[in-house]
Amino acid sequence: MRVAQGGARIDRGRTIAFTFDGRRLQGHPGDTLASALLANGVHLVGRSFKYHRPRGILTAGAEEPNALLTVGEGALAEPNARATVVELYDGLVARSQNAWPSLRHDFGALLGAAGPLLPAGFYYKTFLGSARTWTRVFEPVIRRMAGLGPAPTAPDPEGYDKVHAHTETLVIGGGAAGREAALAAVSAGRVMLIDEQPGHAPLAGVRMLERTTALGIYDDNLIMAVERVGDHLPPGERKGPRQRLWQVRARRIVLATGAHQQPCVFPGNDVPGVMLASAALVYLEDYGVLAGQRIVMVGSADGAEALREAGAQVTLVGEVRAAHGGHHVSAITDGGGQRIACDTVLMAGGWQPAVHLHSHLGGKLRFDDERRCFVPLEANPAIRSVGAAAGDIPRDKPPAAVAGRKAFIDFQNDVTLADIDLATREGFVSVEHLKRYTTTGMATDQGKLSNLNALTRLAHNLGGSPGTVGTTTFRPPYTPVTFGALAAHDRGDFIDPTRVTPLHDWHVAAGATFENVGQWKRPRFYPQPGESMDEAVVRECRAVRTDVGLLDASTLGKIDVRGPDAAAFLELVYANRWAKLAPGKCRYGVMLGEDGMVLDDGVSARIGEQHFLTFTTTGNAARVFDHMEDYLQTEWPHLRVWLESVTEQWAAMVVTGPRARDLLGTIASDVDFSPGAFPHLAWRDAVIAGHPVRLFRISFTGELSIEVHVDARFASAVWDAIVAVGAAFKLCPYGTEAMHVLRAEKGYIIIGQETDGTVAADDLGLGWAVAMTKPDFIGKRSLTRSDMLRADRRQLVGLFPAEWIPEGAQLTTAAGDTAMLGHVTSSYPHGHDGRPFALALVAGGRRRIGQTLFARFADSAVRCTISDPVFYDPEGARLDG
Amino acid sequence: MLIIPCPHCGPRDQIEFRAGGEGDRARPAEPDSLSDSQWAEHLFMRRNIRGPLRERWLHAAGCGKWFTLTRDTRDHRWSE
Repeated sequence: MRVAQGGARIDRGRTIAFTFDGRRLQGHPGDTLASALLANGVHLVGRSFKYHRPRGILTAGAEEPNALLTVGEGALAEPNARATVVELYDGLVARSQNAWPSLRHDFGALLGAAGPLLPAGFYYKTFLGSARTWTRVFEPVIRRMAGLGPAPTAPDPEGYDKVHAHTETLVIGGGAAGREAALAAVSAGRVMLIDEQPGHAPLAGVRMLERTTALGIYDDNLIMAVERVGDHLPPGERKGPRQRLWQVRARRIVLATGAHQQPCVFPGNDVPGVMLASAALVYLEDYGVLAGQRIVMVGSADGAEALREAGAQVTLVGEVRAAHGGHHVSAITDGGGQRIACDTVLMAGGWQPAVHLHSHLGGKLRFDDERRCFVPLEANPAIRSVGAAAGDIPRDKPPAAVAGRKAFIDFQNDVTLADIDLATREGFVSVEHLKRYTTTGMATDQGKLSNLNALTRLAHNLGGSPGTVGTTTFRPPYTPVTFGALAAHDRGDFIDPTRVTPLHDWHVAAGATFENVGQWKRPRFYPQPGESMDEAVVRECRAVRTDVGLLDASTLGKIDVRGPDAAAFLELVYANRWAKLAPGKCRYGVMLGEDGMVLDDGVSARIGEQHFLTFTTTGNAARVFDHMEDYLQTEWPHLRVWLESVTEQWAAMVVTGPRARDLLGTIASDVDFSPGAFPHLAWRDAVIAGHPVRLFRISFTGELSIEVHVDARFASAVWDAIVAVGAAFKLCPYGTEAMHVLRAEKGYIIIGQETDGTVAADDLGLGWAVAMTKPDFIGKRSLTRSDMLRADRRQLVGLFPAEWIPEGAQLTTAAGDTAMLGHVTSSYPHGHDGRPFALALVAGGRRRIGQTLFARFADSAVRCTISDPVFYDPEGARLDG
Repeated sequence: MLIIPCPHCGPRDQIEFRAGGEGDRARPAEPDSLSDSQWAEHLFMRRNIRGPLRERWLHAAGCGKWFTLTRDTRDHRWSE
């Protein structure tokens, strides 16, 4: 109830409305949701995690384990908000969680009666069975029963921000010790002070961040904090971001994070109306709320006078043997066995400094036997704890724990004193085992109110001091943080850059369906009206095989390699030879890692005596560039070679099919297209639409193929010129799907599809591209390791499956066999003859051509015949058109 | 997140760098002359020590240079 005393934070002159589980209630500006609920006499606010026990408001701060509510509605709802730190606003809608059908009549509370069936470690002991039983039966049931609030299903409509800052001194905590430390640091440079609460008086020379929680400290004094910019306002009045993530680098950090008062341990210490003594004083002083009329205090008499002045009847007891009551405490039994009627029990179970941030960077703790708490051991000169956080706490003499039914250690995870005792008896005597077995301290409150009591009990059971059993490690975040704040702008379209080719607009206008290749958007196929993907791909493939197709290949990685030693360098980074390649010629090359596995493949062209242009796989361009640069800088710095990525400087378009030469012949000048003058794997300068272009006779389709490369600024003009004359040659634009089918029919590999880092060149039938007679190249030595010479290495083969099979399907010798011989790497429903076909890696595959295997996936086994991986034109007769 | 002292650009956030593993491991001049186990030693084995470790770093989002520094794996202290 609200009283005349106290109320420093609230504006009594104004009244605002909110609802809790549909009940309309009133509070004042400045209230927290918890103080407003208490002012309205609402103590029962939730059901506990495991036993569905009625729970009330235990604390007045960030350490609250019980009062977790869903605040807001629809997509704006935030589950598991701690009512003790939610600032009340007009129209706030709060709902209780984990109760069905209602908070007062909760079906799950029957579990509480079955409590003895759910001891420590019950997950491990009870839910034995197959993995399937766990995922289908136990886990869904447990999740429903032990649920916190459900997350909203709609996308979060609110905005979040991210900020970086640098400062000489960062003070965390705006209490007396923090303010003093901040003022003292002003002369040494910039000072920032952050605090969870609003309403701090300004300090000269100090940048104050209110409503901001430091979540963690990371290496080199990086502090991550989240500022609640709009959470305290009604959704309609929020401007700008809802929250802002701060990443602050500080030369010095002062931890003025205070201390958490601990609960006492006795049966019924979780009944609503039992709360921390310090919390009751905060509610009185800050919010003018008296927690109850008939108050029993245990552990300390601090504040008794203030509570009496506010009108309460206060009884001090040395010990509470048990608290009684269901939805609210009605009486206690004191140490003498006396039953005392009451409506509130205030616990003072000692204090534990908030050492979480101190521990994040590995700061150690020492147990102080006199103060009965863990205090920070200062070792890092840049991080200092002050005030209560350093152990400057009241010297209360908390009563010893009282065993019995439902004496809670960890309120949020429902861990009782009996659970700790059981775990000790069962031999879980290391703190880390105790934590995992009982789950104490593992809830979202991170044991702020349970660790000390759990460790004290463990030490008691083992006959030692908490200092000898040690502590578990605190890790970020200090309090739960929303994914929205962590992601900030990096969501939706901004999660990753999107790269488009200079011809993208044309593809969009042509109705292309796109696919993502790394960051690139590539046309996958160009459906005609009413056409399925399958039909479009078959049509596009046929056009390339019979007339001519056009592909935008601008995404191809392109690296300019220049310098007097360019050829010598390529000799080292590729497995094949380059030294004698004449300017004007191109060559296919295989690049290996030092482990001998295929890293990339592609064609390189010799532009001049000291100038090569190397093409890489689209998705591998950056990796290949880094690989080459690494060796150039660190292993062969004497080589005079310079690398430049020119991927985006050049647009590339593939004109391929029997009529490719005829088509380009009508628009390209300054070039002799006759096969003798411009053979396969040559390149020539030419001019198209007035722009200089390079033409490369490179084929990834098996057909006569000419790649047109042009300065990206003129890509559209050249593309349009090709398209303009295309109709006469039945030119058909095609996408990556047809490209994949066409190349697979030729047995051409795709890096990352036929390779996975364990595939060698010889496995792919590319042994011809490996020049073992060269003195050295990257990966050469690995090729003669015994593992590389095994006869049963997986080799690339073709498959004719009886019906389409998925990529990744495993291959076995018999339909019921489980020994895997290999897997399907590429699979397509229609080859040139209409049949499905696939590529696969099969153990000793080349010796098995003609044999039968079974492709296994889901519950299917499809019969496949092994074939040569080249399905089409094995003689290569079509390359010249 | 570490601050890494790039010898060319000065101290920068770790996010700008790519780790290149243990440093001072020059590629053998004549790989062909090594036995399988010697080559495997070079290829696969790393010391993974607790203490000062020579490390290769690439200032990928900066100068693009590879460099080698000593980092104490116990406390991330850097030295030349």
